[in-house]
Amino acid sequence: MAGRLGDFLRIVISRLWSARWLIAGAIVALAGLAASSGATVSSVLLAVLFVVAVAALAPRRDGLGRTERVADAGRTPFDAITAEHLAASVSDPLVICDARGSVVYANKPAANAFSALNEGTSLILRFRAPEMQDLIGGLLSQGKGGSIDYAERLPVERWFRVTASPIGQAGGFFVLVFKDQSETRRIDRMRADFIANASHELRTPLASVSGFIETLRGPARNDPAAREQFLQIMQNQTARMARLIDDLLSLSRLETKPFLNPADRLDLRPLIDGVIDALSPLAKESGVRIERDFGEGAAIVAGNRDELIQVFENLLENACKYGQSGGRVLVSIDRAASGYDGMLDVAVRDFGPGIPEEHIPRLTERFYRVDVETSRGQKGTGLGLAIVKHILTRHNARLTIRSKPGEGSTFTVHFPQA
Amino acid sequence: MPTHHIVSAFDEELKYLANRIAAMGGHAERMVDQAVFALVNSDHGLARQVVANDEFLDIGQREIDEKAIVIIARRQPMADDLREIIGAIRISGDLERVGDLGKNIAKRVVAVTEARQPVRLFRGIESLAELALTQLKDVLDTYASRSIDRIGFVRDRDDQIDAMYTSLFRELLTYMMEDPRNITACTHLLFCAKNIERIGDHATNIAETVYYIVTGAQMPAERPKEDKSHKVTAQATAAADPS
Ligand SMILES: Nc1ncnc2c1ncn2[C@@H]1O[C@H](COP(=O)(O)OP(=O)(O)OP(=O)(O)O)[C@@H](O)[C@H]1O
Ligand SMILES: [Mg+2]
Repeated sequence: MAGRLGDFLRIVISRLWSARWLIAGAIVALAGLAASSGATVSSVLLAVLFVVAVAALAPRRDGLGRTERVADAGRTPFDAITAEHLAASVSDPLVICDARGSVVYANKPAANAFSALNEGTSLILRFRAPEMQDLIGGLLSQGKGGSIDYAERLPVERWFRVTASPIGQAGGFFVLVFKDQSETRRIDRMRADFIANASHELRTPLASVSGFIETLRGPARNDPAAREQFLQIMQNQTARMARLIDDLLSLSRLETKPFLNPADRLDLRPLIDGVIDALSPLAKESGVRIERDFGEGAAIVAGNRDELIQVFENLLENACKYGQSGGRVLVSIDRAASGYDGMLDVAVRDFGPGIPEEHIPRLTERFYRVDVETSRGQKGTGLGLAIVKHILTRHNARLTIRSKPGEGSTFTVHFPQA
Repeated sequence: MPTHHIVSAFDEELKYLANRIAAMGGHAERMVDQAVFALVNSDHGLARQVVANDEFLDIGQREIDEKAIVIIARRQPMADDLREIIGAIRISGDLERVGDLGKNIAKRVVAVTEARQPVRLFRGIESLAELALTQLKDVLDTYASRSIDRIGFVRDRDDQIDAMYTSLFRELLTYMMEDPRNITACTHLLFCAKNIERIGDHATNIAETVYYIVTGAQMPAERPKEDKSHKVTAQATAAADPS
């Protein structure tokens, strides 16, 4: 009942509002008429009231008012859903731009997938690959939709099937949807990569093993001391080959993984404690004491637990193996670290021989080893830091390496503030 | 009304310049990427394609220059707008040079593959190229977003590129001394490495220009040289803006 009355009043008011100029005109005319003809005030008031009542109540062919009312009455929860709600719930990266090609909306997956994609960013400037230029150009100038394959090479290689189309009939807005094709593409790539790397890196240890077998069957046939020694070397070599294959697989697997979910938060303290515990046998064997300086409170970063464990395992293992002579390794967390974006730093420091300057920039390359002999003695494959770098890139984190020969090395991981 | 019309036509002209820069940037990025891929995988066909693609950048630069001069003469722009136009001229010059350097790498592919080298020689070139290309990409992304608050990455990565180049230089020299048969290929690779290092320099120039366009000031010079040579960063990525 009250609702009816409210509706009625609303309609009356809106009608009066839309007829306000007519009414005002009528009142002025009536007043003028009254003044010149000498009619009574009450009769003029009556006439004015009549005009107003007609304006408010008489049926009118007012298309707008009616459709408004219909929409109002038939409003379902579905009608309340905006384009933005819809775009936000799409799990692929999706970007909406206006007629000038400026971003008006980018959903979460798009913000994750593409750096420097803010509201107002020009798509033509951000997606510079020639095929994207053609697609966006055609879309903006002729309203022509289409699909293309697009690869973003850096920082992590990704392939997309991009579909562009105008939104609705009215024009003025366009949508780009990026379907991630990386996994299927990368599997081919991974196979090729694996074969190339494995065949290259396994050749040396295989040659050495078969050399020793020859010696064992020939000249060293009756020499028990040499036999024992050679078998030991062969065992080391095969262990290294096994490890190499593990590392290569781990690297390839990382490369085929989808994006990280940046919403995953974790505390680095217990994570690093766990790694230190796991490495205590190695530390003991190397005669190295692992010390920690974690400061106060939790150290929260965004990231994937297993991958970050791998990072610190590799760094600590290297510190124990190559910094053995220093006798101790220090792990510290710095929460107020300086940098051009907010950072949380974790440093792994050893007091070993350090790394000659010219090698430092190269350490994260696949298979790069400073001293091939020492590394081989440690069953090193030269993939550890390549894996570390890859994981950190996925985390938007960085690795810096500082070292002075004779004073040891510090490997610092800089995490963006979570 | 008429002033509004003039202003928006002027905006269109500025936008045209920016779009041309983006197209040139995309081409330059593609050329360098493909040139290095062709080098590492001895892909002669791709190398020829890269050489042919260079024309696009030459034309682009000429067009931007001409257009910019016309705009300046006709509109007599002030302050911000003038910086935008001068900036476009400078950036297109840098991009054109990047294209030349990419083309130069592509031209060496045949010579390098004739004396086939062990894979490990190319790994260094690949990582150097990755650094330089990341620099170029992040810089051009900054041109697109105009948000210069993270521009500090440019100096850092410039240092990394220099350090990596120096290291690669020494490594290649070692190979040449080890075995004289390596000399020809290694010489070409040395030039390729030098070209890539210079591509990084042009990217840094572009960053300086972008900074100038946005702020009207010079980009802060290098920080005091701490023990820079002993420090290196493994690939910083310009983080996706979380906001
Ligand atoms: N803390 C360190 N001190 C001195 N040299 C180091 C240190 N950490 C790494 N290096 C050098 O860097 C090289 C590459 O390290 P990386 O972890 O990538 O490979 P690796 O240890 O040889 O093999 P993997 O980790 O796969 O077993 C090592 O061979 C070593 O020469
Ligand atoms: Mg290691």
